[in-house]
Amino acid sequence: MSERSNTKELTKELFRKLTVRPPADVVLGESVPIWRDVWRRLRSNRAAMAGLVFMIIVVVMAIIGPMISPHDYWTNSLEHTNEPPSGEYWFGTDDLGRDMFSRVWMGARISLIVGLAAAALDLILGVIYGGIMGYVGGRTDEVMNKASEILYAIPYLLVVILLLVVMEPSMWTIILALAVTGWINMSWIVRGQIMQLKNQEYVLAARSMGAGGSRILFRHLIPNTLGPIIVTITLTVPSAIFAEAFLSFLGLGVQSPAASLGTMINDALDSWTIFPWQMMFPAVLISLTMLAFNVFGDGLRDAFDPKTRK
Amino acid sequence: MENMLSVSDLHVSFRARGGEVQAVRGVSFEVKPGEAVAIVGESGSGKSVTAQSIMRLLASPPSYVKQGSIEFMGRDLLRLSDKEMESVRGKDIGMIFQDPMTSLNPTMTIGRQITEGLIKHQGLSRSAAKARAVELLSLVGIPNPEARYSQYPHSFSGGMRQRAMIAIALSCNPALLIADEPTTALDVTIQAQILNLMKDLQKRLGTSIILITHDLGVVSEVCDRVIVMYAGQVVETGTKEEIFRSPQHPYTRGLIRSMPHLDQPKHEKLIPIPGSPPDMLQPPAGCAFCSRCEHAMEVCLNNDPELLKVGESGQQAKCWLHHPLAKEVQQA
Amino acid sequence: MARYFIGKFVSLLFSLFILATVTFFLMKAIPGDPFTAEKAVPPEILAKLNAFYGLDKPIWQQYITYLQNLLNFDLGMSMRSQYQTVSGIIADSFIYSLQLGLIAVVVSVIIGVALGLLAALYYRKWIDTAAMIVAVLGVSVPSFVVAAFIQEWIGNKLDLLNPAGLNGPADFIMPVIALSALPVAFIARLTRSSMLEVLTADFVKTAKSKGLRQQVIIIRHALRNGIMPVVTYLGPMTANVVTGSVIVEQIFGIPGLGPQFVTSVSNRDYTLIMGITLFYAVILMIARLLTDIAYAFIDPRIELTNRKEAA
Repeated sequence: MSERSNTKELTKELFRKLTVRPPADVVLGESVPIWRDVWRRLRSNRAAMAGLVFMIIVVVMAIIGPMISPHDYWTNSLEHTNEPPSGEYWFGTDDLGRDMFSRVWMGARISLIVGLAAAALDLILGVIYGGIMGYVGGRTDEVMNKASEILYAIPYLLVVILLLVVMEPSMWTIILALAVTGWINMSWIVRGQIMQLKNQEYVLAARSMGAGGSRILFRHLIPNTLGPIIVTITLTVPSAIFAEAFLSFLGLGVQSPAASLGTMINDALDSWTIFPWQMMFPAVLISLTMLAFNVFGDGLRDAFDPKTRK
Repeated sequence: MENMLSVSDLHVSFRARGGEVQAVRGVSFEVKPGEAVAIVGESGSGKSVTAQSIMRLLASPPSYVKQGSIEFMGRDLLRLSDKEMESVRGKDIGMIFQDPMTSLNPTMTIGRQITEGLIKHQGLSRSAAKARAVELLSLVGIPNPEARYSQYPHSFSGGMRQRAMIAIALSCNPALLIADEPTTALDVTIQAQILNLMKDLQKRLGTSIILITHDLGVVSEVCDRVIVMYAGQVVETGTKEEIFRSPQHPYTRGLIRSMPHLDQPKHEKLIPIPGSPPDMLQPPAGCAFCSRCEHAMEVCLNNDPELLKVGESGQQAKCWLHHPLAKEVQQA
Repeated sequence: MARYFIGKFVSLLFSLFILATVTFFLMKAIPGDPFTAEKAVPPEILAKLNAFYGLDKPIWQQYITYLQNLLNFDLGMSMRSQYQTVSGIIADSFIYSLQLGLIAVVVSVIIGVALGLLAALYYRKWIDTAAMIVAVLGVSVPSFVVAAFIQEWIGNKLDLLNPAGLNGPADFIMPVIALSALPVAFIARLTRSSMLEVLTADFVKTAKSKGLRQQVIIIRHALRNGIMPVVTYLGPMTANVVTGSVIVEQIFGIPGLGPQFVTSVSNRDYTLIMGITLFYAVILMIARLLTDIAYAFIDPRIELTNRKEAA
């Protein structure tokens, strides 16, 4: 025991009472703003960061890709059908001699627009519906919630297919169809978040300072529900991209000459063992894009909620 | 009488992001057969970690025992194989946890959760185990035990669940019962019932008890002897009477002063202990309580005091105030 | 308990009714009619056709008839293959889809749970990492890509299995792999995260304090609780398997419901589209109901708390 004592000789002087209380050596974790905290945790997650980097690359290439290729994506060239990748055609050509490089990035552009726009529409509809459910509560909430449950039980892809059979298939109809069915999940998340936050003190504080209902909703409640919502958006994008590819596969996707990655894969399916590049490039790109969004979304979820382990 | 359990110089740490959290730093104490000992301290004092170390329930990693021994009925529990430890848990030592709402398996009947241990440790048949479980349920004061046997935890109230937990912990007649904050999560009226039950069972079965709590009121109900912990160390030990009548460590005194009691004059305020416990990533070199202590001396800053014997009986306090030199200075 | 399920059932019937209504009016909203699409049809024949399909009546009457027929499981005649009823087409092809789907569901649950359990038990070890890489790939690679690739490698290059067709049990292997990839990945992730939570739960500590063996604790105490999120996923999984089967059956040349659906969409065979859509919807709703029942079986708390549908 005595080896723990640092002073060898105990003298009387040491036993005088201290006049000044010694400073507490407690160092509490400095309080960090939530966004910086999230970013710090996210940055330490290598998979999520790789996903983020890849997402950025795909977005940039979807914008500039079709421009940097010497060929556009729609011109048929019958002398150059089914050419393998070369210095002239970087990703080869398809059965109509169109440049695969331009087409792939054009397809990525469409897939991304579909994914992002569907997620954005989900967000708008979900926040409005879920915000009202959570904030008003009571009977309104009960009825609206039951209605959303009934709608949710309808398999969304079937509705999307029906809508597309009726409407002229195009990128915008796909987005619309996806949004019509996709917002319910988002509304539930918003509702849950709002219910949780509704009774917390600062709402009371805002109330007592005379803020009206809508002001409370948009100024105080919604910013605080952002975490799970951002995560949901991130994870909505890949599922919308998949849905679009699936619809293209059924022939309900974007119409020629434009092509999404799904259409290209579908077109290449019959002959891809002979012309593998026609399948490889779009298949790998769509998989990697979805992978990137999924990994990034998972990382974001962990960063927002460090309690749930990856 | 010989000690049934003796913990000596136990050090337990956790690996954390910032380094090593030294949760328990050299804890020693003994428990005699039939004795009820309380370990008291605020959250983070290392009392729960000590208790769980005895049962070897802490996940490793992140926790690890750095040094020390836990001698139980002649064997060092820290040296037992996992297999050997399994035959100690539940059979020789039973344990009750803080939150009865989460410490029972929601998908298994209460009866099944009691018979599990009986079948494993006493080799009872299913029907014999069931008979014994029903007996245990009525022993812990659960009315209608036959019907309760086949119910799930969700149809039990908090107090009832804690009774069921006690039945589980006592099912194999363990020599030692560790109760980790058994009443903290319960209503005050239920608390008293559970404490009375424990006291009663201890008398009838002769089980030793280690009661972990932050509530001195709970201590006075059940225990013979008190161990006060602070910042991973034992700072004072003594009998219940000694601790309550003449606490010798400033921290113990602070604890007692901050405890409400009935005969308190209306205007007298409860006095909280100022400040907060030290950072266990870098425990201070001197006395851990120093920065919160109104009697702090120069010696306390850099010198860790030893447990010093105070008074005639076994009371001990880990405080420089009880050093002969301190007394000389005060008298001068 | 019974009341709980009756409530669920009524709610699902209501969903189905909405879908049936939406389907009906969407089909009516299509400009033109299915018989004018191709070459000109003489007007008297057109009138006969319209009369045959009941298209000459007022729309609300058609709607009532349609609902009545639905109650009798009469989905009408296919508009392209005139001598076949929609129910007949579905009955003939569904048998293959059902076999494939059931196998895929069973395989997914077994492999997914095993993978997730291993990952949780070896948290942050290489097994965990490997399992999670498989899982994230399974979620990210679309089923038609998986299907096309394994068809090429296993079927054509390695020549281990028939690349297409359904003539024996071995022909199920590749479609099942393609169909299970996504659910396996999903279940593995669900199982892992829920097991990680359960393994640190208080009642697992209680089980340990009773002196039970590690394996007993994991299987008897942890797994039963950890598997609950997987059970709630069974409904959505059926949806995934159904969606996936449309593509996978098409690629592997299985004469199931999927190719019928694809053909009906591209042929604009409206009665068949409507019929298959409703049929799929019924299957998914049955799956949801079964999920709720299964959940009630493993979670004894269900009779007290009227569980809200989780997202």
